[in-house]
Amino acid sequence: MSVTTLTMNGTLVSAAEGATLLAVAREHHIPIPTLCHFEGLSEVGACRLCLVEVEGSNRLQAACMTKAVEGMTVTTNSETLRSYRRQIVELLLAERNHVCAVCVANHTCELQNLAVSMGVHHVRYEPQAPQLSMDASHPRWILDHNRCVLCTRCVRVCDEIEGAHTWDLMGRGRHTLVISDLHEPWGQSESCTSCGKCVRVCPTGALFEKGTSATNKDPHFVTYLKMAREQKLWNR
Amino acid sequence: MSKTITIEPVSRVEGHAKITIQLDDQGHVLDTRFHVLEFRGFEAFCEGRHFQEMPAITSRICGICPVSHMLASADAGDRLLAVEIPDTALLLRRVVNLAQIVQSHALSFFYLSSPDMLLGYDADPATRNVLGVARLNPELARRGIRLRQFGQSVIDIIAGKRIHPSWAVAGGVIAALSPEGRDLILAGLPEALATATSTLEWFRGALDNHTMEVDTFGHFPTLFLGMVSPDGTLETYGGRLRLMDATGTIIADQLDAKAAKALLAEQVEPWSYLKSPYYAPLGPVDGAYRVGPLARLNVADRCGTPLADEELHRFRARASGPVLASFHYHYARLIEILYGLERIGQLLDNADALGTDILARASRNRTHGIGMSEAPRGTLFHDYTVDENGLITRLDLLIATGQNNLAMNRTVTQIAKAFVDDAHLTEGMLNRVEAGIRAFDPCLSCSTHAAGTMPLVVDLVAADGSVLQTLSRPS
Repeated sequence: MSVTTLTMNGTLVSAAEGATLLAVAREHHIPIPTLCHFEGLSEVGACRLCLVEVEGSNRLQAACMTKAVEGMTVTTNSETLRSYRRQIVELLLAERNHVCAVCVANHTCELQNLAVSMGVHHVRYEPQAPQLSMDASHPRWILDHNRCVLCTRCVRVCDEIEGAHTWDLMGRGRHTLVISDLHEPWGQSESCTSCGKCVRVCPTGALFEKGTSATNKDPHFVTYLKMAREQKLWNR
Repeated sequence: MSKTITIEPVSRVEGHAKITIQLDDQGHVLDTRFHVLEFRGFEAFCEGRHFQEMPAITSRICGICPVSHMLASADAGDRLLAVEIPDTALLLRRVVNLAQIVQSHALSFFYLSSPDMLLGYDADPATRNVLGVARLNPELARRGIRLRQFGQSVIDIIAGKRIHPSWAVAGGVIAALSPEGRDLILAGLPEALATATSTLEWFRGALDNHTMEVDTFGHFPTLFLGMVSPDGTLETYGGRLRLMDATGTIIADQLDAKAAKALLAEQVEPWSYLKSPYYAPLGPVDGAYRVGPLARLNVADRCGTPLADEELHRFRARASGPVLASFHYHYARLIEILYGLERIGQLLDNADALGTDILARASRNRTHGIGMSEAPRGTLFHDYTVDENGLITRLDLLIATGQNNLAMNRTVTQIAKAFVDDAHLTEGMLNRVEAGIRAFDPCLSCSTHAAGTMPLVVDLVAADGSVLQTLSRPS
């Protein structure tokens, strides 16, 4: 296997051919914030939090979607990047109705953790406060569009791991909604196998279990399942 | 010339309110009004949410009694699931509710009301606060703070968080009590009990200096509503309601939340955001009722714990029938602290306390459920209507302070008539009007406010709107 060599934050690093910049950074313990990325699922580059600077390019690149190239010079942390990432988190918080204090995902929410790590204690943008519904028709779980950040982890895990493809997207821009089947109530979905993987990988409180006041998700289980299937290693 | 005296804001209560006193041409008190100026809107923005989220959302109504809302909400949730919750879950919910009552009563008595009793109603407002108490009687202040801390720590140990725990859910609770946690609580009980008994002794000794206040701080007949167990013993969670009249006759007994709420109607006044519930069959005047510590001790046959029952005996000796003086809310509050501590010990001394069977799982089986808890300030109702998926379509919260609204208004009138005189308007007189409200320990916003630091401005306004005199208290 040929090896690619590139410079990341002034340090020479090596990468397997075809590896993404995000994978290279993770391998070398260089932190890059992510939200839509999920180990074991395909990449979509939806959240833009993993933006990095690549020398010679006049625009920022999503590390999860950009392949490492021989001789590339990459910066993963700069004032510009921190500013953009902060804005992205603030825009996500302003777009729908994220009220941490009364959210089931309080303290286990990846969006909340990102906000805390970036020092987002205020949102500078006008809250959009859209009137969005909840789908509580499933016997075990609830979908709350108010807390959805459209990362599409649920869509991908359902399609790529479970093979059911119950979830998909409807609409455009901020009006986009995650829907089940052909926009039918989740509880009436014929394709849903009630496996619960979508609930486990949801980074916020958008998908949660009925009857608990706090989420206790185990998202790593899905990554384990994927690796175990591929490598035939079933030890957790 | 008729005048209006305005007390705004009312200090050392939880929330924002003002009092207006209308004087007639001779300077005598004509009428008074207790206005609650806040609007929260919880009932509107909970619509569309799932009922199982309600314990966590509605507990945010209040920073002082979040546990009461959480438990009333979980009780309403139990009704929607149509389940009977496991014994351990009920026991632990009861312990947490008692801890809530202990810590809130400690806040009300030591932080908010003891300055009036210890320093006097006419003392300089700059020192008439908990810091003034700490200077004059440091031991009393220290004990009060420690007692509140104990109540809060019991909530922390069982529910995982002092304020706004997300622990009770429809069907039960989500965490059991560990043996270490139980031992920690039991180890703290003796000191708390010693504080409760010594404070009661001090209070009894001080009562003789307050005969005027006892007679005028809301001393009138009303109905009383409170929770009892099936045998009539005092209960604060998972019991039934009893309604008693001013002569001690039981009008209705062993009512569940639904039956009790069906007997109540609400009156809305254009000058206050706080609605005034009353016992419907008797109308808004004769149907006024009081809830909270005084009402609970009046309606119950006994406390069911030895020290509290001994004190209840002394308490009842102060009246021939039910105790009608609202000033004795303070006394009742101290007895309930004693009861709460003894009862926590009794409950935790039970094998069920460490049980792990804590959650009954079920789907929604009803579309309407009313839950209740005895909050520190009185009976609290959570009334939910949901659709087939469990999403709230209508939410009605009846809080304790609202149920005392008619009585609080009468109290203000009674005190104003006894103490306020246009010719000799003093700060001490106006403080007595406020102190009458404080006896009810109203939770107006259901949110925490610093004690004794709120500015008070009293305007004497003539009929033509001109300000004749202003008394102000620095913030």
